[in-house]
Order: sequence, then C-alpha cells, then structure tokens
Amino acid sequence: MAAPMLRWSCLGKRWVLACIDGGSRHGRGAAIGCTSRRKRGQSSVAQQPLITVQKSRKGEHEWAAVVGLEIHAQISSNSKLFSGSQVHFAAPPNSLVSFFDASLPGTLPVLNRRCVEAAVMTGLALNCRINKKSLFDRKHYFYADLPAGYQITQQRLPIAVNGSLAYSVSVGKKPSQVSTRTVRIKQIQLEQDSGKSLHDELRSQTLIDLNRAGVGLLEVVLEPDMSCGEEAASAVRELQLILQALGTSQANMAEGQLRVDANVSVHHPGEPLGVRTEVKNLNSTRFLAKAIDSEIKRQIHELENGRKILNETRSFDYKLGCTMPMRDKEGKQDYRFMPEPNLPPLLLYDTASLPPGADPQQVINIDWIRDRLPELPGKTREKLIQKYGMLPEHSFALLNEVGLLEFFQNVIKETGAEPKKVTSWVLNIFLGFLKQQNLAVNESPVTPSALAELLNLLDRKAISSSAARQVFEELWRSKGKTPSQIVSEKKLELMQDQEALERVCHTVMEGHPQVVMDMKRGNPRAINKLIGLVRKATLSRADPTVIKEILERKLLS
Amino acid sequence: MSSLLSASSALSEDALRRLKREMWARAVKLGFRSWVGWRRGFTSKADPQRSDRVTAEVIEHLERLALVDFGSQEAVARLEKAIAFADRLRAVDTDGVEPMESVLEDRCLYLRSDNVVEGNCAEELLQNAHRVVEEYFVAPPGNISLPKQDDQEPFSHI
Repeated sequence: MAAPMLRWSCLGKRWVLACIDGGSRHGRGAAIGCTSRRKRGQSSVAQQPLITVQKSRKGEHEWAAVVGLEIHAQISSNSKLFSGSQVHFAAPPNSLVSFFDASLPGTLPVLNRRCVEAAVMTGLALNCRINKKSLFDRKHYFYADLPAGYQITQQRLPIAVNGSLAYSVSVGKKPSQVSTRTVRIKQIQLEQDSGKSLHDELRSQTLIDLNRAGVGLLEVVLEPDMSCGEEAASAVRELQLILQALGTSQANMAEGQLRVDANVSVHHPGEPLGVRTEVKNLNSTRFLAKAIDSEIKRQIHELENGRKILNETRSFDYKLGCTMPMRDKEGKQDYRFMPEPNLPPLLLYDTASLPPGADPQQVINIDWIRDRLPELPGKTREKLIQKYGMLPEHSFALLNEVGLLEFFQNVIKETGAEPKKVTSWVLNIFLGFLKQQNLAVNESPVTPSALAELLNLLDRKAISSSAARQVFEELWRSKGKTPSQIVSEKKLELMQDQEALERVCHTVMEGHPQVVMDMKRGNPRAINKLIGLVRKATLSRADPTVIKEILERKLLS
Repeated sequence: MSSLLSASSALSEDALRRLKREMWARAVKLGFRSWVGWRRGFTSKADPQRSDRVTAEVIEHLERLALVDFGSQEAVARLEKAIAFADRLRAVDTDGVEPMESVLEDRCLYLRSDNVVEGNCAEELLQNAHRVVEEYFVAPPGNISLPKQDDQEPFSHI
C-alpha cells in the first residue's frame, strides 16, 4: 500500500491540519482556508511542506502543529551594547574586545543610545507598545564564551511588547494566490550577544573569540501563531525585510546576524497543546521551513507509534534533513535571573512627557522616532501595486532581492516603456541572468540605464523583442557598450524602410507559391509561415506585425 | 548576591528594608525554584541565625549550576555561614514597603553615543589567559559536552 499523503493545509490562522485519509485525498475537502502548498521559486524561503507519513492504525485523527519563534537579530551599530568596542564581522580574533566585554573586574556597562533607538524603531515598526520604562536583568549561565557568567537581558520588563507582524504565504497552485497572515509579537528585548566558541575536538579544547561578546541583540519573541515551516519562514523573511528597511539590523543569516530558534508542538485540534521541542540553530532561510516541517513530521510519527515527545532541545542536521537531540544543557536550566544592579531603569519619553530642559543626548523621544520611520516593505509593495498596476507576487519578487527594487526604479526613471514591460524584463530576464550566474544585483554587468535604453529602443520599435534579448545578452557579456552601439554593430535594428520590406515580402511570396495558395484557401496558419520566412529573410530585423499587414494587403490586391 | 549585600551595608535602614523585600519578591516572582527550595531545605522561616545543614542534594545542584566544586566539608560550612549572614536581611520588617527595582532606580541611565572608543587590545587581554592559541583564548572542551558538532555552522549560538 502506498503511503498516503499527509497534506498540510492552513486552517484559519492558528494551525495546519494534516488530514490523513486512507489513500485518497478527499480529507482535504474538509479543510477550509488554504493549502500551504506553493510553487517553488516563488521566494527564496519557499519550501514544499508536503509531508508523507506512514499511516497509523489508530486512525483518522487530524494533527495540528503549533510553531512559535524566538529570533535574535544583531543590531546594526558602530559599537557594542554596553561598551565602546567596534561591531564588525570577521575581524581578527579578540581584536574588538574592551575590558568590559572581557568582564575584567571594575568595569561597568554604559548603554549605547543607538541600540535603544534601534529597539524602539523595531518595536514601532512591529506595532508594539513601547514601554516607557524597561529594566535590565542578568541571566546566568556558564559557558566559556560568556566571560561574565551572565548575559544582560530584559527579562522582567522588556522595551517593547504586544506587537504584530503581517506576512504573506502563497496558497494554492498559482503564485498569485497569496494569503496574508498575522503573527503576534510577544516582546522585543535588548540583550548582549555572547562570544564565539570554536571546538577543536582533536586537541580537546575550545578556542574563544570575544569579538561578538557584547554586541547588541534584539530578541524578538513571536507567539505560537504559526502552523508550518513555510509560515515560519515567510514570517522570518518579512521580519528580515523590515529590519533591513529600518536599518536596525543587517539581518544576514549567513553572517549570523539573524538567528532563529523554533518551538514546535503537535496536538489534535480541540485538545490541549502537545509537549514542545525547541529546534535550535536555524541559521539559514533555506533550512528553516525544512527543519520545522521535519520536526512536525517526527513528532506526529512518534506520537502515532505510541511514543512520547520529550521537552528537549534539538538541532537540525541539514545533511540528514532531520532534527537531532542536542544535549546542550544538563536538565532544566536555572538561569537565576536577577536585576542588573549596575543599570538603573531605562526611561523613554514621548513629546508630552519630555522633561523640559533635558539634555537631548540623554533622552529618547518615541514620537520623534515614529515620525522618522522609513517606509516599510508592506507599504512599498502596496505602492508598487498601485502606481504600476503590478501583480502582488511581482511586488514581492522585487523586494525579495537586495537592490532589485532600486534597480527597477532606476530603469523606470529613464525609460518610456510600460511599467509592465519593465517589470517583466527585470523579473524574468534580468533576474534570470543574475540567478543563473549566482550574482547579486550590484554585481550585475548591466546597469539600469543600459536596460532603460534597451527598453526605449524596443518601445520605439527600433528593434524587435527577440533582437532586444540578443542585445541584452551582448550587454551582459561586453561591459561598457551601449545598447545602441550593439544594435548598430550587429545590425539588429528593425527595417524602417517600408519599400524594402515590401520587396522582401514580394520575393518570399513568389518563392513559395504553395504557401500563398494555402493562405488564399483560408488556412490561418499559412500566413504565420510566410511571416516567419520574411523575418528570416530580413535576419529578424522586421516587425512581424508590419510584415503581416504587408502580406495581407498583398494577398487582397 | 554578595555584591548586593556589601552594597546594602552602606544603605539606610529604609533602603535596606526595601531591598530585602525586593529580593524576596523577586525570588518568588521569578521562580527561583532551586533557591527557594534550597532555603527551605535548611533554614527555618523564623530564625535567621539558625544555621541548618545544606543537604548533599542541594550541594550537587549548586555545583552543577555554578560549576564550583565545593570539594570539602569546610567549603560547605563556609557556604552555610554565608547563607546565615545573608539571612540577617530577614530580620528587617518590610511590611507595606514597595519593592525597589534597583538601588539605583532613581538615577538616570546614562546614554552613550555610538562611537568606537575601545578595543584593539587583544595582546593585553590575552595576558590574563592561562593558555592562548594564536589570538584565541583556550578553554577546556567545555563544561557542556556537546554532541559531535563538527559540521555545524560556525555561528551556532548556544
């Protein structure tokens, strides 16, 4: 018996129902809402959450999965959260460490204003309530890359609470079927990053680099409102775009500026939530959805085989494609939280509560920051759709690639071509070439002005669209040439000489009397054949519509 | 704890009362399970001077949390004395006193501008290290024995 498919469909906003239905897939009909199946290639984080599970004898039970996320985003700042040492990726080991970062006796934390502002900005962008008073606490644990033996964090009263993040997932088969979901944000807290450990198992030692120790982090806690890997990945992707738009974090997962831990559990709808596991080290968008889905699958499999889920930490092994238990800390951790004695409460103000005569360097005005928030990705997409009549999925695609939107806008500025045409060229041809060669937008050999000029030639009907593609390929290969140069070098311009074109048409018709006969008999395909022959004769330099016109005229005469 | 205690000796009676109250409120609020459980294990509620024995179980738990080997009976006795010392705080009546956030709660939190003014002192810092490889501190393989993580990405945050 073939293993029946377990299809994940997002029912309502809280969970995905997996309908196991003896071999057939009719169970899916019961699920309202949408399946979270989506086409590959829609976005870089898209994964196929189609999961196959051995059917259990116990029955037709449906499973719902619940996913919550904890996301650590490194704040983009010049200096660390509590010290004046530099924040920089891949510097020589221990070169960016102050005495405070190394936890030498007698050093004290001094809060970086920029980090507080970044937290407020992020909180506002995520619709949070900003706490006018927040507190710092010490969270204790012992690890060689945490020299103080504790991390300064905000456990009791974080800087921002009760927010929300809207994200979109594609539903159904077409990429245009996009559904918007919301995940609640529990809180955003400021905290210190730890150093890095390099484990040298051969010599049984650990090398410690404290360059990262003390870098400011925003810990964003998402409520368990997601129900599959794809939802989680889309939410993380949206958060990443928001952080990048705000400039509060570079949010580059490959450089560890954005790190995700997921809490995953499964249960039967209507019953209490199941025991959850924590999946750690989800450090690439590629594996985020995969790791979560594989953990959901594993939990269902365990439970259906009468086993129990342990409350444990697991890590995703991307080679094996499954999660593995991780013995990170012995038993339940006792972090022994206590108030950070060296930092008084952090007070923020709004315009109404701003104390008169306060040193502007020493006060942070929430209203001032709110007024200066940059445009967020959701708004940008909305504007693109309105201004250019763009499809929603195209607006997503433009924002998904760093620099692509700017490229698009620069092309639009310099061309008279239809926005639709520009969108199609940028997303299909330009992006296709980039992807093929694994280049970033800013590494492209074709500049926005060159593409704009090319589109202008096309728009003026100076070249055909197939010639335009040829010019584009040439532009890609030979940097520095303009489209017009290429067009004249390669003689790609469309024949503007009507008489010459008519002569060519005439010759072709004379050369193919059989086809002309077919055409006269009313075979609609015959004319296309003639058009093709004429184009060939003109080395594709004639506009097919013009050829068609001439041919039709000639037939009637 | 001990730094808080020594700081508290310089405080006024009122501040001390509030601080003590705060510590207890916090302990309960934050669920210092082991802390509370451990205290229950050896102290009576009423008599702060009474020095009960710390059970072997509690010692083991503390050793694991703090990575300190109490090692000898003498060290355990010292711990018991320290606890008895801290317990004097309980003699202060804190009824009706609002808990403090911190002894500095009325102070302004100074905000620093985001400038790089420190660092670049690896050589000095590494002088403190018992062992050094290149510019790295060398630590023992870890109090926490991780599974084979050789193919894990180097950015793992634990």
